[in-house]
Amino acid sequence: MRGKLCPVSEQDQILNEVTSSEYKYGFYTDVESDKVPPGLNEDVIRMISAKKNEPEWMTEWRLDAFKIWQGMAEPEWANVHYKKPDFQAISYYSAPKKKQINGLDEVDPELLKTFEKLGISLDEQKRLTGVAMDVVVDSVSVATTFKKTLAEKGIIFCSMSEAIQEYPELIKKYLGTVVPKTDNFYAALNSAVFTDGSFCYIPKGVRCPMELSTYFRINESGTGQFERTLVVADESSYVSYLEGCTAPQRDENQLHAAVVELVAMDDAEIKYSTVQNWFPGDAEGKGGVFNFVTKRGICERGAKISWTQVETGSAVTWKYPSCILKGDNSVGEFYSVAVTNNYQQADTGTKMIHLGKNTKSTIVSKGISAGHSHNSYRGLVRMGPRAINARNFSQCDSLLMGDRCGAHTFPYIEVKHPSARMEHEATTSKIGEDQIFYCQQRGLDMEAAIALIVNGYCKDVLNQLPMEFAVEAQKLLAISLEGSVG
Amino acid sequence: MKERLAASYWLHESHYTALSSPTVTERRRAAMERFEAEGFPTVRHEDWKYTPLKKILKEDYALSSPFSAQDDAEPIEFKDIKRYLVNDIDCYRVVFINGRYSAWLSETTHQGFDVCTLGSAWKKYKDQVEPHFGRLTETLGATVQLNTALAWDGLYVRVPDHVTLDKPIQALYFTTGDQPMFTQTRSLILLGEGAKAEIIERHQSLTSSASWTNAVDEVFMGAQSHLHWVKLQHDEASAALTQHSVIEQKRDSHATVHTISTDGKFLRNNLDFKLTEPGAESRMFGLSLADGQQLVDHHTRVDHLAPHCTSRENYKGIFDGQSNGVFNGQIHVHVDAQKTLAFQENDNLILSEKASIDTKPQLEIFADDVKCSHGCTVGQLDEDALFYLRARGIQRKEAQALLMLAFAHDAVADIQHPSLQAKLHRLIGNKLGVDMSAVV
Repeated sequence: MRGKLCPVSEQDQILNEVTSSEYKYGFYTDVESDKVPPGLNEDVIRMISAKKNEPEWMTEWRLDAFKIWQGMAEPEWANVHYKKPDFQAISYYSAPKKKQINGLDEVDPELLKTFEKLGISLDEQKRLTGVAMDVVVDSVSVATTFKKTLAEKGIIFCSMSEAIQEYPELIKKYLGTVVPKTDNFYAALNSAVFTDGSFCYIPKGVRCPMELSTYFRINESGTGQFERTLVVADESSYVSYLEGCTAPQRDENQLHAAVVELVAMDDAEIKYSTVQNWFPGDAEGKGGVFNFVTKRGICERGAKISWTQVETGSAVTWKYPSCILKGDNSVGEFYSVAVTNNYQQADTGTKMIHLGKNTKSTIVSKGISAGHSHNSYRGLVRMGPRAINARNFSQCDSLLMGDRCGAHTFPYIEVKHPSARMEHEATTSKIGEDQIFYCQQRGLDMEAAIALIVNGYCKDVLNQLPMEFAVEAQKLLAISLEGSVG
Repeated sequence: MKERLAASYWLHESHYTALSSPTVTERRRAAMERFEAEGFPTVRHEDWKYTPLKKILKEDYALSSPFSAQDDAEPIEFKDIKRYLVNDIDCYRVVFINGRYSAWLSETTHQGFDVCTLGSAWKKYKDQVEPHFGRLTETLGATVQLNTALAWDGLYVRVPDHVTLDKPIQALYFTTGDQPMFTQTRSLILLGEGAKAEIIERHQSLTSSASWTNAVDEVFMGAQSHLHWVKLQHDEASAALTQHSVIEQKRDSHATVHTISTDGKFLRNNLDFKLTEPGAESRMFGLSLADGQQLVDHHTRVDHLAPHCTSRENYKGIFDGQSNGVFNGQIHVHVDAQKTLAFQENDNLILSEKASIDTKPQLEIFADDVKCSHGCTVGQLDEDALFYLRARGIQRKEAQALLMLAFAHDAVADIQHPSLQAKLHRLIGNKLGVDMSAVV
């Protein structure tokens, strides 16, 4: 109960903040967009590619993905129920009109205000936190900072569209190698229509001096968001990458189908942290973001990939950050907190594919469901026939708040080698009445007590987050669970 | 295969439905239609993902049916089956050969309670059988539907309120003949309020030609009733068994099921519990010892439909050779089933490079005031423990066997009869190639 828990006064403050709040980040910025008409066909893809001034090979790559996508069916196996999006009613490209900007002065003042409301003023970020920001508003990067500092070390951190222009060799070499176009329905769709995203390359032996961070933000009613992120860490390098998301309040459902690919070469380490707080729909389950994400990393010899995620938003989440432990002695980690309230549905988990010798993986998943929501853990641990001395530890706990919510666990375990060792344990329970009583006895009210206990329950995961994120994540937990106790 | 089975049903429907009322006829028909629509499940079917049924489908089976001529060529005598019986416990005995009841080898009763066959119960106790037959199996998979349509005999037990069976029941299903045989067996067990019964069941092939038994069991347990059921699966290497047992439990009833699987080519067990009233308790234990090309699959499902029910589950597996182990344990806690206690454990040892284990413990919970947990491990014998035993002069092989026996102990510890316990220990010893009496 110590460590990163907020002090009581801060909790009061959070609760005060949240008691009146519906969805804090639900405002809508009126920026004129450059938008293609809704619908999806080869012409639209060519148009996206042309607008982004892409080389021929990239256009072909997209068209190929589109052909594959047409032959695929939407996945039905996940434990979520929703009205399927009409893929012909989505506009696949939308970019704020001003594209050429040399400094913050030139950025649309409306946008700057948006960032201020989100509390991510670029200036402040630059000066105070030392975090380089690649801010994505509706699919096109508007501003990139700290590039020069990074460039001195040889680190490339830029938007995907820029990378396609400037570093075509790297993109050709790595794009689609971890998540192929054929991987699944949403990955194929993303490959065909992705509009932007981030690209990051850490050269051999370099330790990235700062946390790289991207704030995604869905804007402009009726546009899907198809982000593509590629992080390549060359031999013996290290990078910590943060991803955080908020979205404006909207009535119709928004589709988000991102793809994240991580490549960790020999002895490299990638730490990828996400705080996801998209609009979850209102208390009646109306609206909200559909979040269908494919995230996967590949580990070469002695490499390590660590996924940490705090999922509090989205109406429907379908997300399985995975590690392919290809090289000997590689390590995969997955730490997750998923919170669902009202009518949210989350089907999330991880895949750990052990292929090399002495590979290790750790899974810690904490689910919290409240209201009428459903929260599923779905995971796979596979130890291949050559995975000598592979080791896995999995723990998935679920916390239930309220008698109309559901918590589900679907762990798949496939072991093909006698020297493999794996342990899996899962528990489901509610917050102990004696724990609440203990807190109340010491002067905490019910909500503060719950916030304290929930933060303690998630401590294992929150401790994995970088400092800036950890604070935000704690607040998010409190906001997400607001009104769920009574 | 599917077409042949369907044809044999539609051609001879009157034989199968001769004794049933229009409702049950309709039920059989609906089941056959569902089987025809679905066909045998493939690995694309989630419940059969790791259990390729096509392994056993390729045989050219003869179907045992109510109208096929009795096979008198090689009559089975008591001496042929004696070694498959649990002899030192006095039991009622119900013996089936190729799905057909053998009065000669059986010992049934109607004194105070009924231990007989479903076939005769259809004639004698129609009002008892009719409302129960097929009631718990309507929504289940294709193999169960096939059984509902084609089954014509099996164990029938009815124990009236407040009666305790004076001795256990042994149900034995033998397969014989030179031809590959496909048998459907169906049992119905009705326990009244406060009734107590114990069943020891065994499926056994007496020939080296392929056989496949597709068994379905329906059990209805009244309030405060007790059932102890031991399933012994030590069949020939050519024999396959798919068995689906569904148990419905009323208030404060207790059911314990042991499944001991050591031999047989293909073993698929489905064990479903429906806890419909408060206070019901289910316990299931399983032990799998597999080697060679064996496949042992345990699927369990517990539906907590009422508050204050308890389920405990403990399955152990030891896999050698090129064997495959599959485990899927589902616990569904339904809305308002508060104060549920559910515990599930699945531990596995892999002994060889070619053996594999696919396990999937699964919780689906819709109520908040519950305590549910599952644990699952895959690993090897503890080297330190092995060293400890060897340092005390125990040979490696014996030491390993001793540790495995200890590992398996939880799964057999609750079996009541000392002689059955001893028999199981001997069996485990044989399987591990060690004379247990020398070690224990």
